[in-house]
This record gives sequence, C-alpha cells and structure tokens, in this order.
Amino acid sequence: MQVNEIEKKEYTPLIVAFCCNWCSYAGADLAGSSRLNYPANVKIIRVPCSCRVNPLFILRAFQRGADGVIMCGCHPGDCHYSTGNYYARRRMTLLFSMLDYLGIERARTRVEWVSAAEGAKFAAVMNEFAETINRLGENRKLRDLRCEK
Amino acid sequence: MREIKELLVQKINELLDNGTVDRVAGWKAGEFCYDAAPAVFTKENIDELLYNGFCGANQSKFLVNAATTENRILALLKPCDTYSYNQLVKEHRVDPSRVYALGIPCTGMVDVNKIKALGITGITGIEEDGENLKIATIYGDASCKKCDVLLERCMVCKGKNHVAGDEMLIPDEEAPETPSCADRMAEVARLEAMTEEERFNFWREQLSKCIRCNACRNACPACTCRTCVFDNAKSGLAAKVNNTDFEENMFHIIRAFHVAGRCTDCGECSRVCPQNIPLHLLNRKFIKDINEFYGEFQAGADTTTKGPLTSFTKEDCEPSIVMERGE
Repeated sequence: MQVNEIEKKEYTPLIVAFCCNWCSYAGADLAGSSRLNYPANVKIIRVPCSCRVNPLFILRAFQRGADGVIMCGCHPGDCHYSTGNYYARRRMTLLFSMLDYLGIERARTRVEWVSAAEGAKFAAVMNEFAETINRLGENRKLRDLRCEK
Repeated sequence: MREIKELLVQKINELLDNGTVDRVAGWKAGEFCYDAAPAVFTKENIDELLYNGFCGANQSKFLVNAATTENRILALLKPCDTYSYNQLVKEHRVDPSRVYALGIPCTGMVDVNKIKALGITGITGIEEDGENLKIATIYGDASCKKCDVLLERCMVCKGKNHVAGDEMLIPDEEAPETPSCADRMAEVARLEAMTEEERFNFWREQLSKCIRCNACRNACPACTCRTCVFDNAKSGLAAKVNNTDFEENMFHIIRAFHVAGRCTDCGECSRVCPQNIPLHLLNRKFIKDINEFYGEFQAGADTTTKGPLTSFTKEDCEPSIVMERGE
C-alpha cells in the first residue's frame, strides 16, 4: 500500500540556487515584486558573496536531495567586494569540469550572473534551468541513501 | 646508484660531524628490501640508511612535523621532491631555516607491484644495468626493462633539475637522467573522450574500492591542514558507510579540489593507495584544466608565484565552457 503511494507521487525536481546578497538575491526580489513567475521548487540560499560558495556546498546540496544546483552572483567586475566573483568563477569552472570528468551530468550545475536590476533575467534563468532539470530527471549519481526520506 | 649511495653517506657523515644538522630524514628498509619507508636517523643509526630504486617515498611532507626544532634536519630531496618542498615553503608549512635540503640525484624509482606483476617474486635486491634492471630473487637472478616497472610519477619524470636545495650532492648537469617514457595526460585524455556513462562507470568501479583509510591524505605533501575538513566529527563524513557511494565520490572530489593548483603531481596518493585507485588521474585532470584555461602552471616550481586559484584575470573563461565542450 505504502509503496504504491510513493510510486504514484509525481516527480518534482528540487533546485538549489545560491544567490549573492548584493546582486542576485535583490534580482530575485525584483522578479517577485514585478510579479514574474519562476518555479516554486527553486530554493534560494542567500550567501554574502558568490565567493562564499565552497565546492563542498554544491556537493552537499546534491547529497541532501537537490537535482540541480545553480550559483548566481554579480556580473564579473561588479562584485560588492571588488573581486570575489572572479575567484568564484575559476573555482566553479574547475569544479564543474571535475563533475563532468566523473560522469555526472554537466547540465545539473550552472553559474549565472544576475544583477539587482535583472529581475526578468532571474525569472528566465530559473525557468530555463528548471526545465533542463525536469528533462534530466532525478539525480541518481550523486545521492546519499542515508539522506533519503 | 651504488656510487651515489657512497657519496651520499660520505656527505651525510660530514654534515653530521660538522654540526650543520643533527638528524637526517631518509629511507629505511622494512621487512623486505622493497619496503623502503621514510625514517629519521641520527648519528647512531645512520648506517641503516637506504637509497636504492625502491626509495620512491616523498620526504617533504614529513618535514612539516620534523623541522620544528632548534637544530636543522637534513632532508634528502630527489628532483621531483623539491617541487613539493618549494610548495610547502611557499605556504609557510616548512621553515626553510630549520632544514638543510640536500638535492640528491635520482634515476627513476620502481614500483614493486609492477615487478611482481611480471611474475618476479621473492625479490632480495635490485641493481641498475643501463636500460634494464637486474633483480636478485630467492629463485635466482631475473631482469626486466626499467621502463616497464617505473612508478607512475617516474614514467613522466619532471627532469633531473632540482628547483630547491641548500646544496647538491652532484651538480644537476652531471646527474644521470631518467627518460620520460609516457605521456602525462594520455590517460586523462582517454577518459575525457569516453561518454558520460562510461566515465561514471569507470570512476564508480575505481572509487568503490576506497576503504577510507586516509592514506592518500596522510601521504600527500599538499594536504597539511592542522585540522582536516574530513576530521570534523560533526560533519557526518567521518565513517565509511557501506550503503552509499556518495561519500567516496565526495571525499575524492573534495580532496582533489583542496589540492588543486597546489598539487605538484608527485603521485604519492596513487603510490600509497592500498586499493590501487588511480587517484593521480583526478589531480591531473585539475592540472590539465588549469593549464588549458589559465595558462601553464607547475606548482612548486618556485616559492613566489601566486597559485591559479588564489589569483584571477578579468578575461577568464566562464564556467559555461564546460557545457560547450563536445561529448
């Protein structure tokens, strides 16, 4: 009985978005106050700077059941702390390349630069990313059985 | 090799006698002649020092803890070890004023597992003979091609030149050379050319062998954090759990990432792995990417250049470059 119930449940992907406090988080805010739709299964985690995102955070998100992880920050050159996103850019490039090397779908991770004025871009990016993840389906390669409900 | 050993012993005794150093970090034979392991010697037991084709272990990591006393310690560094030494000095993990670094020549270290794989067992000694190795065994003498049995790192030798050291045993120009006999990035390129599914299966097969003994971390000269992220009991990562592959993946991705841009490609991780996981392939992938994206970089080549992950240029490529690469 119980098993059947679980099987019947419709699959909704879980997307984690790391947004920098100064640009992308404000961009998400603008998308909201402009009444622009973006999927409800995008869970935003506010970070002080995109540079705060440790590669371990990305893996941790996958471990806890995320199907896609996206990192948003200020456009290169516009970082509130001058240079944070330049470092983040190098780090994420290498991490994504490594995930790809280990055979994990490369479309599950993404970096987008969204400024505080780009509410429309934020909504568009999230819609598109959610669509990609929907198409890819459940994350099975980087999951932790201990964390499954 | 025998002449080098004689010269080395002479030099060590000279340095111990004139008080330059009071201890020596070298190699000592274990139960078998091929079990050469790092050890610290004083004047009393210096005759136990070993230097032969099995002394592949990188000494530099041990200096982090050993080079903390008033008196200097003598470090015997092969050419490739000096890269790791430089990197440790650069990160202020080793104080060079407490070390007397002696550059010693190397003609390529052998991997005993490769010799055993050729069917040669009961090894009691090893002698160089030009391109070949003469191996003494309890069943009589055997020989094999040196190129076939070298350690992974020696197959792609960085060259005979030392990049650090207070003194050289013999000048680099006069030192014997180890010809490089493999393409360093060939295996990485082969993996890259596979499909996503093949790559995933390859790494699952390899990483599922991991027993989380932490040998790779403990031997790695770049892994010198006083408190390692994996030693945090609260992180829930400490135990090896049988029912999930996530942990093996994460441990190795994060470990490789933490040494990215600092890894000198010394290959200790693969050498010490009791499960023979080709861990150097993860590090080499990062090295390959760094070279392609941000320009050629060799960690430990000097003690001043900023690492690729602690610097940037405004024109760096975007992370989407990974998506744009063809399957």
